Amino acid sequence: MSTAVVVFPGSNCEKDTLRAVEAVSGRPATLVWHKDRLPSGTRLAVLPGGFSYGDYLRAGAIAQFSPVMKSVIELAKAGGLVLGICNGFQILLEARLLPGAMIRNRNLHFICRWINLRIERPGTPFTNFNPRILRIPIAHAMGNYFIDGDGLKQLEARGQVIFRYCSQSGDVGDAHNPNGSAGSIAGICNEAGNVLGMMPHPERAIDEALGSVDGRCIWESVLKCGG
Amino acid sequence: MIISPQLIEEHGLNPREYATIIGILGREPTLTELGIFSVMWSEHCSYKNSKPLLRTFPTEGPHILQGPGENAGIADFNERFAIVFKMESHNHPSALEPYQGAATGVGGILRDIFTMGARPIALLDSLRFGDPGNARTRHIISGVVEGIADYGNAVGVPTVGGECYFSSAYEGNPLVNVMCVGIIEKDKITRAVASGAGNLVVYYGNSTGRDGIHGATFASTELSEESEQKRSAVQVGDPFTEKKIIEATLELIATNAVVALQDMGAAGLTCSTAEMAGRGGMGIRVNLDLVPQRAENLTAYEIMLSESQERMLAICEPRKLDLMKSILAKWDLDAHVLGELDDTGLMRVEHQGKIVAEIPADKISENSPVYQRDKRWPDYMDALPDARTELLEMVMSARCEWLDFLASPNICSKRWIYEQYDHMVQTQTTTPPGDNAAVLRIHDSPHSLAMTADGNGLYCYLDPYEGGKLAVAEAARNVACAGARPLAITNCLNFGNPLKPEIFHQLSEAVRGIGEACRTFGTPVTGGNVSLYNENPDGAIWPTPVIGMIGRVSAPAKPLKAGFARPGLDIIHVGPPADHLGGSEYLHWKTGKAHGPCPSCNLSRERALIDFLVEACEAGLLASAHDCGVGGLAVTLTECVLNGADEIGADISIARRQIPASCSMDRADYFGKES
Repeated sequence: MSTAVVVFPGSNCEKDTLRAVEAVSGRPATLVWHKDRLPSGTRLAVLPGGFSYGDYLRAGAIAQFSPVMKSVIELAKAGGLVLGICNGFQILLEARLLPGAMIRNRNLHFICRWINLRIERPGTPFTNFNPRILRIPIAHAMGNYFIDGDGLKQLEARGQVIFRYCSQSGDVGDAHNPNGSAGSIAGICNEAGNVLGMMPHPERAIDEALGSVDGRCIWESVLKCGG
Repeated sequence: MIISPQLIEEHGLNPREYATIIGILGREPTLTELGIFSVMWSEHCSYKNSKPLLRTFPTEGPHILQGPGENAGIADFNERFAIVFKMESHNHPSALEPYQGAATGVGGILRDIFTMGARPIALLDSLRFGDPGNARTRHIISGVVEGIADYGNAVGVPTVGGECYFSSAYEGNPLVNVMCVGIIEKDKITRAVASGAGNLVVYYGNSTGRDGIHGATFASTELSEESEQKRSAVQVGDPFTEKKIIEATLELIATNAVVALQDMGAAGLTCSTAEMAGRGGMGIRVNLDLVPQRAENLTAYEIMLSESQERMLAICEPRKLDLMKSILAKWDLDAHVLGELDDTGLMRVEHQGKIVAEIPADKISENSPVYQRDKRWPDYMDALPDARTELLEMVMSARCEWLDFLASPNICSKRWIYEQYDHMVQTQTTTPPGDNAAVLRIHDSPHSLAMTADGNGLYCYLDPYEGGKLAVAEAARNVACAGARPLAITNCLNFGNPLKPEIFHQLSEAVRGIGEACRTFGTPVTGGNVSLYNENPDGAIWPTPVIGMIGRVSAPAKPLKAGFARPGLDIIHVGPPADHLGGSEYLHWKTGKAHGPCPSCNLSRERALIDFLVEACEAGLLASAHDCGVGGLAVTLTECVLNGADEIGADISIARRQIPASCSMDRADYFGKES
């Protein structure tokens, strides 16, 4: 068993994520309770969306101290793949596995809608596919990515920006930035390239009945490399 | 403690009711007992003014597994699953504290659903506000929407539909009706019926504070200047604890760790102990010293009446207590054993070594007062402006006006609301908000589930009987336009003070209309809620029954959407044309007033329309369908285009017919509502 989906109290996308992983890979994956460790042999750990600890204090701020995070950090250091989606991304930021922070959306409201995502760096374990623009939904209140000017330059220079919000035809700009994120950033990875955080929900775009199958690209890529 | 006439009156009880209490007890009540009777006999809990009317609803059918009287109703869905659903109002709390009022409304209805053992899979909200031009109203709107969003989003239940309507008729008294839909495997249905002497009464969830004391009584009086001082009656929500309780409760049920469950909602510990024991014909003994408390020096009265949120009461066999504790511990929740069941039939409450209440449990509901109120034809109904004889000289540039109308608060897209709700989580939402009805594919089932919440206060104000029928008909049309066969309804009856004969007329006529429509459509009433006393200092709201309906799209049929699917298709208008503008949103927008007459509702024709839509969908004859709702044909066509495929347009020609002499222009064709 090599893919683990971590469940924190307050997670609410763990079953959707598990369903997506199993549908795309055709193999069972495991839900791991936050008080446990990742099973040995885990090659991909997914931190799913939701409101871990109710987002009380700050999104992801309490979950970073959950026992399971020790083994998530070990997996990241050992070169295994870690994917944080939405609240999972926020937890990775709080745990300092990724640089920067999240603040409230520019309009101060929760936003749930479809957006377009431009692939800024193809060929990573998370983006090993051809399409350059994906249609995937977002659903968050704290997705406004913040990093200082130097930090942003460094991210760009090191190729750590993986996804940006864009128009249907791939234009990036304020009009297509749903939440006010610095540099329209929707997803970043660590320097080593094995830890990725993204605000959009690829597990909600794996079926035409739901409105898009574009999320499958990401799952296929990450499961091939890590699953 | 001497119970004075003034104290009795403050508890909303009349002298006859007080005499009944003495009859039940054989003595004067204690203060705690007075509080218990007060909340249990409030309209909110006892339906004392509406029960004779509610009894006329059809409540049974071969596919109804649970009708009214439980935490929620249940309809059969397929071989494996049943649908648990209910709607409830949180109008008064939302008027005073919009954010918490709406948030706890969501929390409360969720608990009604998962308490039955069902996983909540969808929420819908039917909202009414005053004029959005008013700053106070805007404060209420943003608080309510944010309260719903913050609670629903955090617990991971998608908010997939609803409606929102503005009229000065709701100034200061907004309506916040929340519907929850859950799914359950049929052999896992849990009921709130206590059984087994010696079984334990176990409390879990949040601790008890002073919030929400007398919430149920408060909801059963008119809002006034003094209501502001009752702010402490509004509860505070904690969605994180709710989420943990949902998961823990479903695990408790899956492992058969509990015998019965009820949430502590309206009337808190009082209602949950009295009702569970009463339904099972059991006695129940609880010691309030064992209730976890978050405020100091709570009296027995306060503990029994507190409506602190996110609290559950379970009945558990002693041998399964350890299993129950271990499941709760996983979710960082504690189990508190408060007492046990016995065969005495008494609800006995102990506090600090004293018996503070001892009441025959079944008598509380059995002997609750029921009133047949007087009704009188409301004078205003004879003085309504008639759209057929007035107003039609208005001349304007139709195109300009049409765009303004489309941009008006009641017609424009409600995206600004529903995009604040997570409507996709659980990945079942195949028809999101902004369409006819919301449709969910159901994991591990070939069939889809359609659901909608609809009401039209304007119609009911013009004619409560026709309005009642039309509310059900509109819900049925929405469900059928999605290709689904309507199954059953829940409802919220939002009205003014039932002691006023004109208001009681509205209530009884609307109930008559709803009942007839439900009989015609084969959609029994499985429960719901009555919210009376919706008045502000200027008078009552428009009578507003809201219908929550579910329906099934049977595989292999595919659910239909409202938007035009592709170029080259024919657009067909089904049903008779509108022949006047009475009851139209167009005139309401234009003049700010209610213009009669109400469109009439021919139920057998409506039934035929529903059958046609479902059968045509199943036969694969339709590419899309949309009902002519608020705003009439012009708005309907616009929505079909705007929701349609990219860059689609429509070429519309309406054959000129003989126009009724009273209509000097054919505006009725475009803005009148089809009936």
